[in-house]
Amino acid sequence: MPSEKMLMRGAHVVGEAAVRAGCRYYFGYPITPQNELPEYLSSRLLEVGGTFIQAESEIASINMVIGASVSGGRVMTSSSSPGISLKQEGISYLCGQELPAVIVNMMRGGPGLGNIAPSQADYFQATRGGGHGDYRLLVLAPASNQELAEVTFDAFDLADKYRNPVMILGDGLMGQMMEPVIFRDPIDPKELPPKDYILDGCKGREPRAVFSMLLDPPTLYQHNMKLQKKYEEITAREVRYETYQVNDAELILVAYGTASRIAKGAVNRLRREGFRVGLFRPVTLWPYPKEALRTLARGGAKIGVFELSVGQMVEDVLMSVGSTSEVYLHGIPGGPIPTPADVAQFALSVLKGDGLVGRKVEI
Amino acid sequence: MSSTALKKLFSRPESLKPNMTHYCPGCGHSVAHRLVAELLDEMGLREKTIGVAPVGCAVLAYNYFNFDMVEAPHGRALAVATGIKRVHPDKFVLTYQGDGDLAAIGTAETIHAANRGEKISTIFINNAIYGMTGGQMAPTTTVGLVATTTPGGRDPDRDGAPIDISQMLAVCQRTVYIERCALTSVKNIQKAKRAIKKSFLVQLNNLGFSLVELLSPCPTNWKMNPSDAWKWTESILTKTYPLGVIKDTSGLGDVR
Repeated sequence: MPSEKMLMRGAHVVGEAAVRAGCRYYFGYPITPQNELPEYLSSRLLEVGGTFIQAESEIASINMVIGASVSGGRVMTSSSSPGISLKQEGISYLCGQELPAVIVNMMRGGPGLGNIAPSQADYFQATRGGGHGDYRLLVLAPASNQELAEVTFDAFDLADKYRNPVMILGDGLMGQMMEPVIFRDPIDPKELPPKDYILDGCKGREPRAVFSMLLDPPTLYQHNMKLQKKYEEITAREVRYETYQVNDAELILVAYGTASRIAKGAVNRLRREGFRVGLFRPVTLWPYPKEALRTLARGGAKIGVFELSVGQMVEDVLMSVGSTSEVYLHGIPGGPIPTPADVAQFALSVLKGDGLVGRKVEI
Repeated sequence: MSSTALKKLFSRPESLKPNMTHYCPGCGHSVAHRLVAELLDEMGLREKTIGVAPVGCAVLAYNYFNFDMVEAPHGRALAVATGIKRVHPDKFVLTYQGDGDLAAIGTAETIHAANRGEKISTIFINNAIYGMTGGQMAPTTTVGLVATTTPGGRDPDRDGAPIDISQMLAVCQRTVYIERCALTSVKNIQKAKRAIKKSFLVQLNNLGFSLVELLSPCPTNWKMNPSDAWKWTESILTKTYPLGVIKDTSGLGDVR
């Protein structure tokens, strides 16, 4: 049966949900602000007979993930922005070799060392592929500890289903924030469906080779087109989003993760004052919920994008709504966290058209 | 049947696929592949082996080895192998890496896997040059050797000194067995086979990390004929990298 309601820190929620989802292998390298996750797993995985290795680097840890994944284990790594940059080569290989894995990025401010404050500035890196080659990650952006538990659980299933890495994109605030959470029933990893591609010694079968080097141009072409077909299937099936007070909205705020919590506060505040404002929150950043947003935009509302980066997700919003709606952006780089009052001011500025907060953006 | 029926003395090991390799004439990779394959057959390990191929000339090793294999990103074979061994502690895990892969871009992964005492056997092919990419300097390139990026010969003041990775790894407490051999004469090749066997036994006995370094000719990039390359390996390369057991705390004694 599901767990009792527990008060937990976000990073611990991810760790507990991962173990309950059958993850038995974790490889990582410390970086603030996500260290509470590997610290939690270093003892929790021992309890369930799993493996925790503090690797010598982010690069080593993502390659240990490759090894564990190709061996059939449910495996996870986590990091924060500069560490995720280092993992990108391995993420590209996971995609090329079609290996499942769950990668957590609790984003901090950048570029470079930046700071450890909450940020959403890795949006491009997560959704466009920070490594080389034509590939995509499923990117899940929860907005509460309960949702963090849900998406962590689902991430392992999605990774296995599509033989593709899945990224959970949070930020420093989400990792540290304590909220109540109820976990799903644990899974016994031994009862998961067998995988027909893994390496476990060729006893009783032909040897297998897992590789991504395809020197023959038509072969690489076919492989990439096969991957694209998979990405199209994911796009058709796995889009997730939430809407809040959008039905009669004159202005729809678009925000994800921590920013959406702030935006929701702004919506509540403005609704109390009689303004018709709603919220559209993508949960999957890739695939982006384009159709849903486009349909909403056709209702005639203006769109106000609020993100903790200076203008990254707004490109997906523009690609979704085209010229159907006017699109405004309030983009804040890592560091100061705006309040609901700040976002409400942005919303009012858009509604009044005074241009005092945010700016209009066009394709 | 007559009493003079022929006895089969030599054939292709089951652990090798019947594929023609892409290796150059006189290259040591073919010999090293053969030794590994013979031993996996002889020791009954083929069906429990998971191998990790490197980048570089041996990147296509999975086209030649007839057991489960995965390809690792540049230098990361021992990190990938770590992940494999931790999922399958009961399987036999092997990395096969060249000097560019293991001693340059993958130095960190090599040292730390060894230092963790991962129960993995590593075959380290040292030909003192980057082969696949066309003959550039490797960290193992000897002083004075001309590579495409050391036109006047390797100069330690400009290019640094050759790295003796086996000696470096011997310092790590959790390495159990390290030996350097050369793929030159029949005698040396037989020695190499015994060393690889011992390395395999170290893993089978759950003792820790082991590595066999094989000095290997690269006639193409050294711009020598195969015969001269073999001679150069034995007479010159061994001056920088002397042959012999570098570390052995296995307690396994002589292996035949």
